Amino acid sequence: METVVTQLFNGLSTGSILVLVALGLAITFGLMGVINMAHGELLMVGAYVTYLSQNFFTAYAPQYQGWAFVVALPLAFGVAGLVGFLLEWSVIRFLYGRSLETLLATWGVSLIFQQLFRNLFGANNVDVQSPSWLEGGIALGDGLQFPFRRLFIILLAGLCVGGAYWFLNNTPWGLRIRAVTQNREMSACLGISTRRVDAFTFALGSGLAGIAGCAVSLLGSVGPSSGLNYIVDAFMVVILGGVGKIFGAVAGGVALGEAKTFLEFLTSSSLATALVFSLIILFLQIRPAGIFPQKGRGVDL
Amino acid sequence: MERRKLLKLTAAAGVGAVVGPQILVRASLPVYAQGSTVKVGILHSLSGTLAISEVSLKDVELMAIEEINKAGGLLGKQIEPVIEDGASDWPNFAEKAKKLIEKDKVATVFGCWTSASRKAVLPVFEKLDHQLWYPVQYEGLECSKNIFYTGAAPNQQIEPAVTWLLKNKGKKMYLLGSDYVFPRTANAIIKSQLKKEGGTLVGEEYTPLGATEYNTIISKIKAAKPDSIFSTLNGDSNVAFYKQLKDAGITAKEIPVMAVSVAEDEMRGIGGKTALGHYAAWNYFQSVDTPANQAFVKKFKAKFGKDRVTDDPIEAAYIAVQLWAMAVKKAKSFDINKVRLAAYGLSLDAPEGRVTMNTNNHIFKTVRIGEILADGQFKVVYATPQPVKPEPWTPLIPTPFKGCDWTKGGNIKASLDSRDSSVALTLP
Repeated sequence: METVVTQLFNGLSTGSILVLVALGLAITFGLMGVINMAHGELLMVGAYVTYLSQNFFTAYAPQYQGWAFVVALPLAFGVAGLVGFLLEWSVIRFLYGRSLETLLATWGVSLIFQQLFRNLFGANNVDVQSPSWLEGGIALGDGLQFPFRRLFIILLAGLCVGGAYWFLNNTPWGLRIRAVTQNREMSACLGISTRRVDAFTFALGSGLAGIAGCAVSLLGSVGPSSGLNYIVDAFMVVILGGVGKIFGAVAGGVALGEAKTFLEFLTSSSLATALVFSLIILFLQIRPAGIFPQKGRGVDL
Repeated sequence: MERRKLLKLTAAAGVGAVVGPQILVRASLPVYAQGSTVKVGILHSLSGTLAISEVSLKDVELMAIEEINKAGGLLGKQIEPVIEDGASDWPNFAEKAKKLIEKDKVATVFGCWTSASRKAVLPVFEKLDHQLWYPVQYEGLECSKNIFYTGAAPNQQIEPAVTWLLKNKGKKMYLLGSDYVFPRTANAIIKSQLKKEGGTLVGEEYTPLGATEYNTIISKIKAAKPDSIFSTLNGDSNVAFYKQLKDAGITAKEIPVMAVSVAEDEMRGIGGKTALGHYAAWNYFQSVDTPANQAFVKKFKAKFGKDRVTDDPIEAAYIAVQLWAMAVKKAKSFDINKVRLAAYGLSLDAPEGRVTMNTNNHIFKTVRIGEILADGQFKVVYATPQPVKPEPWTPLIPTPFKGCDWTKGGNIKASLDSRDSSVALTLP
């Protein structure tokens, strides 16, 4: 019983990380059709911002150390968003509608970023200490423990999803983004600057990657090539969930997280990864457009 | 023209190996011995996923070369390093090794980290009869005439660590490793040892390299209730594993982890507080209290900054360069085979203590177990009283008999039991 509860929680927690990582990608890939292979590196930008924030507080305000992470969250969103904006402005805007070229270009960008991190921060992983208020966890009886870090990440994922949903549905910018996604030409005719919407959307997706970076720095390693570990999973979540849908990313992430932990418990880690891949392939045979397909009149869906 | 010269050289080396080095007479000096400098190759991953570990090895090898050059060089020549990036990509390692030997005409090569990279360059070094100094602990079951191994063989790290755990922490052991050759071979050795020494295996798990989700495995570990975890995890995964183990409320007191791939350099990413009280087995720690080590750490920090730390592979890379230089001086030649024969029996007061080159191309090393402190350093809690004789072919795994005493013409298993201290030198 305890094991089942623990495993359900583990699955949810793994899933919430996947959701966080995939959310930004769901926006750039889903809404804009940009295959951004540098998404993992934008995530690393967020993680390194967390690291820098921690160092800043250690050096200048050690008594407020616990706030370092709180400060890092909006900062990571801002910095990663800015980097995303520059990336869109310098590379991606020339490649809209040419997904293969975007894939190659952003892959190149991701390699450049990795080497840049390596030159700036050294080839070694850096140590991000979580704030003391996230240490430990809620212990329920014998052997059942919900770590605060995991709970916090689940909460953060919920907030980000809610925030993104609210933004896309209730703000003028969100409505413009959706309009451009649905019909670019018509939106342009109605006076929406699609150029600016593109740049803004990409920056938003990148900013969310930055927040995900803060979150993963709590759990794993922060190093120049850590971003690579997340990119494959993020794409799987987006494709499984249904391209262009925020709830697709949530459903995909949680389903994948639960499936992964469940299979891993029954088999082994490597086998579980292979099984999950096989299941996704099977699922996409039945529902090629994912769990929540984009509604539309296109014949390819 | 160059190709013909090379063919000749390779042929000469081939004949030399067959007839024996004493009648190997070359018409002219080998290419690397002409001019006022001698080139040596440095072949590590300076980019890609393994740059995290290998950049430090390149740094310390350059430091050792600089020291030797400052002290007047070797046989009147300055050493000129040629650095190549293996880029964490095995075929690339083989290409670069070939380039260093054939195009740059280096006298010897220092390099590699993973067993996969070593296995990739091994045929190159054997075919061209050249020489590699490999500075990382590994799974054994290999012994090439063309490779000097300055890291630990299994009996100088893994086996003593298992024995220590069984004796001090209890009989039930959980094996956790990354999914590739080193952890799988290491665990095969450990399982055989558990049978022999009365331990019980309560679980065995492998995760893909780079994996960062450990909560399910931690649940399994909790359910299995082991007395200790033997970890052969490599790279980034370690950070995630220690963090999540702590999150799950498991302390080092309850279930200690013994790692064989976590050293001071990796601790910078994990954080000492996160892994507090767990253990690692190595031959060298930065905290080892010898005069040679104090001098070494001081030089290292002066050169690369006070934040940088030394660790076992870094030290093994450093002594590889020193041993090569000693062998060249003793042989009075840069010739690969003369250097190899001269290396046997050489002793050096290394930072880790006295090391001696055995005739199986491995070195005698002291085994140590360290407990992780809050600052990411290790407190030595156990050390063998004597350097341990290297046994690359562990008797714990049945393999067809392979010997490696190259002084006796090949496949005879022999060892350098009485270490010749008359040739002992100290570091500059």
